[in-house]
Amino acid sequence: MSKMQILLKGIVKENPTFVLVLGMCPSLGVTTSAINGLGMGLATTFVLLMSNILISMLKNFIPDKVRIPAFIVVIATFVSIVDLLIQGFVPALAESLGLFIPLIVVNCIVLGRAEAFASKNGVVDSALDGIGMGLGFTCALTLIGLCREMLGTGSAFGYKFIAPAADGILVFVLAPGAFLVLGLLMALIRYLQKANK
Amino acid sequence: MAKKESTLGTMILSLLLITAAASAALAGVYKMTEKSIIEVQNQKKQQAIQAVLHDFNGDLQRVGVLLDGDPDSVYVSLAYQQDQCVGAAVETYTKKAFGGSFTLMVGFDANGEITGTEVIKMAETPGLGDKINKEKSDFSKQFVTMNPAEANFDLKVKKDGGTVDAITAATISSRAYCDAVNRAAKAFDAVNPNKQGGDNE
Repeated sequence: MSKMQILLKGIVKENPTFVLVLGMCPSLGVTTSAINGLGMGLATTFVLLMSNILISMLKNFIPDKVRIPAFIVVIATFVSIVDLLIQGFVPALAESLGLFIPLIVVNCIVLGRAEAFASKNGVVDSALDGIGMGLGFTCALTLIGLCREMLGTGSAFGYKFIAPAADGILVFVLAPGAFLVLGLLMALIRYLQKANK
Repeated sequence: MAKKESTLGTMILSLLLITAAASAALAGVYKMTEKSIIEVQNQKKQQAIQAVLHDFNGDLQRVGVLLDGDPDSVYVSLAYQQDQCVGAAVETYTKKAFGGSFTLMVGFDANGEITGTEVIKMAETPGLGDKINKEKSDFSKQFVTMNPAEANFDLKVKKDGGTVDAITAATISSRAYCDAVNRAAKAFDAVNPNKQGGDNE
């Protein structure tokens, strides 16, 4: 697989949300608006990149039978460090992202990529895989968030396009709406992929 | 380097080393960021006091109040202008929030009328409960000019028979907000020097 393929496969062909169906908790939970989805996606991309690099470097040092706890410790440490750094030095970012950062630990994409890719490949390939998967996740979350925001509150990226006092279709902001939007988008992507073959 | 065999020794050793390195890294970063995190939080509190007291520039006197049945103290900053108490900013909290707890700053004038509320720290659901923030919705603005110290005034959401319009789909967060504001009002009431001593219930 060429380097370019490794980078690009996460965005469409192996999109973590729509194709691998990983990380459903944040995909459903935080995508109430496009900007929330974007923020969560970018924060996850960063952690994914760093944990992939570190785990691909450590892969020969970690015995097989304890690899999962070792990976989790690496990921959790990384997330905590990012959380502390943002809180301390970029308070404005902490204000808007604060809630999402600790949630990255429970995102199974990070562990999934560590297990499925970084523990079997070199540092450069793992880094590319991390970026690609992260961007794929970001695109998916932003897309879900945008759909839910437009239907649920009648705005896009915070800019309201219906009457200021009017409400959208409330169900799309709530949890059931997340399932509906995710299912419909997944069906649409499957359809487009089939049509392209 | 060849892959390590999974023997008891290598497993213990590798996990030990990884957790030790992780702890060291975390401790280092914590030490590094501790100061500025506290600074950021203090700054935020100062800004919140200024916001709820409308740029008050007299003396502030901070007292802790532990109400009956409460787990933690509430901090009341009494605002003095020429030895006259003109109001207070109360750092209050609630444990009934959807995300566990949140912290608010509530401002009162000398009569106990609310002059403003600010969210200091919260972990409510993005898109729903986080509308308690001023930037996200007008929910918190309705508290201004309410006076919880008045007789027969119930600071509750409409669903519970009160006067507060709850946030759509975030009744728990709205109830929690009322809970925190009520706690602030009680705390200020308990230490308000303008009240004649002894007429507290």
